[in-house]
Amino acid sequence: MKHLLTTEGIDPAQATAILDTAASLKQALEGREVRKLPTLRGRTVITVFYENSTRTRVSFEIAGKWMSADVVNVSSSGSSVGKGESLRDTALTLAAAGADCVIVRHPASGAAHRLAGWLREAGTSVVNAGDGMHEHPTQALLDAATLRERLGELRGRRIAIVGDVLHSRVARSNVHLLTALGADVTLVAPPTLLPTGVASWPVTVSHELDAELPSLDAVMLLRVQAERMHGGFFPSAREYSIAYGLSERRLKLLPEHAVVLHPGPMLRGMEIASAVADSPRAAITDQVRNGVHVRMAVLYHLLAHEEETA
Amino acid sequence: MNPLILRGVRPYGEGDPVDVLVRDGVIAAIGSVAEEGAEVVDGNGAVLLPGFVDLHTHLREPGREDTETIATGSAAAALGGYTAVFAMANTNPVADNEVVVAHVARRGREVGLVDVHPVGAVTVGLEGVKLAELGTMAKAGVRVFSDDGHCVHDPLIMRRALEYSKALDVVVAQHAEEPRLTVGAQAHEGEQASRLGLQGWPAAAEESIVTRDCLLALHAGARLHVCHVSTTGTADVLRWAKARGTEVSAEVTPHHLLLTDERLATYDPVNKVNPPLRTAADVEVLRRALAEGVIDCVATDHAPHAVQDKDCEWSAARPGMLGLQTALSIVVETMVRTGLLDWRGVARVMSERPAEIAGLPDQGRPIEVGEPATLTLVDPDATWTVRGAEFASIAANTPFEGMELPGAVVATLLRGRVTARGGRIAE
Repeated sequence: MKHLLTTEGIDPAQATAILDTAASLKQALEGREVRKLPTLRGRTVITVFYENSTRTRVSFEIAGKWMSADVVNVSSSGSSVGKGESLRDTALTLAAAGADCVIVRHPASGAAHRLAGWLREAGTSVVNAGDGMHEHPTQALLDAATLRERLGELRGRRIAIVGDVLHSRVARSNVHLLTALGADVTLVAPPTLLPTGVASWPVTVSHELDAELPSLDAVMLLRVQAERMHGGFFPSAREYSIAYGLSERRLKLLPEHAVVLHPGPMLRGMEIASAVADSPRAAITDQVRNGVHVRMAVLYHLLAHEEETA
Repeated sequence: MNPLILRGVRPYGEGDPVDVLVRDGVIAAIGSVAEEGAEVVDGNGAVLLPGFVDLHTHLREPGREDTETIATGSAAAALGGYTAVFAMANTNPVADNEVVVAHVARRGREVGLVDVHPVGAVTVGLEGVKLAELGTMAKAGVRVFSDDGHCVHDPLIMRRALEYSKALDVVVAQHAEEPRLTVGAQAHEGEQASRLGLQGWPAAAEESIVTRDCLLALHAGARLHVCHVSTTGTADVLRWAKARGTEVSAEVTPHHLLLTDERLATYDPVNKVNPPLRTAADVEVLRRALAEGVIDCVATDHAPHAVQDKDCEWSAARPGMLGLQTALSIVVETMVRTGLLDWRGVARVMSERPAEIAGLPDQGRPIEVGEPATLTLVDPDATWTVRGAEFASIAANTPFEGMELPGAVVATLLRGRVTARGGRIAE
């Protein structure tokens, strides 16, 4: 594996290998006083974030550091074009400075793909840490890792992804990955928040959350971005909450074993009731914890695995 | 100017090869001709067509001479078989006044490779708020008005523009894009855009404006031209409007006749264009609509861009692609090879109809004795490989890079003078 740009078309065996690696890394590090492995010593990993994201950036940074890589963070607000330097020039600069891996978060869909193209000759790996409305593959992997912990095998499991699917890179990556791993995915959203052509996706679509809940193994809530609430995508936060928020009443409709996920940050009271978010059914902090191990596994597969197996 | 003989050519690709004698800028004889001292262009059975007319060209001068100038754009046009181009008004400064349009026309004449006709803006600064001085610009020779790049979206302003243009005997060319439906739009709204996470540009944003404008044009009794038609629904609306007697004409670009949104998978902005590349079903409908005359003509929407404006992330890239030097070959590929158009049909969509729409008296004329020798000679059997860097344009943003295309321009004549020959600008 040279890059991780998308989960679309991901080989289920490859995905499972990453998840297995993440699980063993978690096991290996748990309870250790010094959480450090020498695997990526001498390797340089650069995170370049053109959008604010403490959660994802810190997770990658810790993952790199626990693997003994040299991690450099580059933060940039706004688009590279707005700043004057093009994304292409930034990419070439990072490669010339010796980056083995560039982890990029960018507001433009496809930015990670473009970056991988520009870095082809340099041989630098690229990890997509979220590109516009397109994908966020490590989020999907950490979600899958969390679901596997709670549910075991994902084949045949029923998972609902609820909310703003249209603008969600998390939803896209999860649809690809979870269906590749054999899960049955249902998207639950108002028609205004579903993408055109969703009928051709390997999912079922519903506008009624209550009807879905009793047969689900997991509910994955999506973040509703503030601007969506004023963009006419739905009439009001109140109405959204009534139709698609995971309330305590709704939690009771779920089977006992069902898990609640949210990629964060959460809008408590609207997307999810506080009591639900803090309940043992919610795996939200597990997602964050697993995020580090999954990202360690991704870096391992990109930067170390091939060498070892060669 | 010495006489010229086009030896062994086939007007409209029909019949046995004949010779065409050109003297004093007009066709003096057709048949077997001999003229002492005449320059000879050996046609080898090539197809002779009236010179192509492009209703939709971006020459970028004034303002972005780093991407194209009237001189380089004219050269690209001549090499592509064009004898007249309409230079869109979205320059910097905008061609919304007689000074800018006069400058463009003058530079075109100085270069002298094709007739460069400035398009005047419909509204001041292309802002869609206040009508530009259409009358003054019409007096300066402008025959086509357009805010291209922007839609004249206010229905009242569009109505006034159509009504006002009537007295001037000019045409209003609309970039049909309902702006509220295309906020942030990056690609055709459909499965591909959803998959790639690119905000959608819905077909209805084009179709709703075309429908509205056809109704306004019918109401005003004015002439409307629809720029770069891209959807099945627009073709339907045009068919309906024409049947009702609306004076509406329409163009389609070569790239909308060939490329689909499947091309977007790499996120390479060389494929980014406005309106966006649509689906294979749309392409099929557009080809048929052009063959049937529902869409009147081909226009390139030739849009040169600097490397840095294209070799970047998708959302930051400017829309548009080069078109002048590939248009003929794309038409051959999509319309001639498919049997949808014969060479008379090519003459109709690339020369005669655009000249009629813009009211050019000496372009798009029949190939007959006494007519202007404004002609394009095409080798229908040639193939060539696209190399953007070798184009006459300063920019090189072509989505056809590396593609092998059929049909090549052998020579272009503007009123009897060879402007391009054998892939080079004539001395």
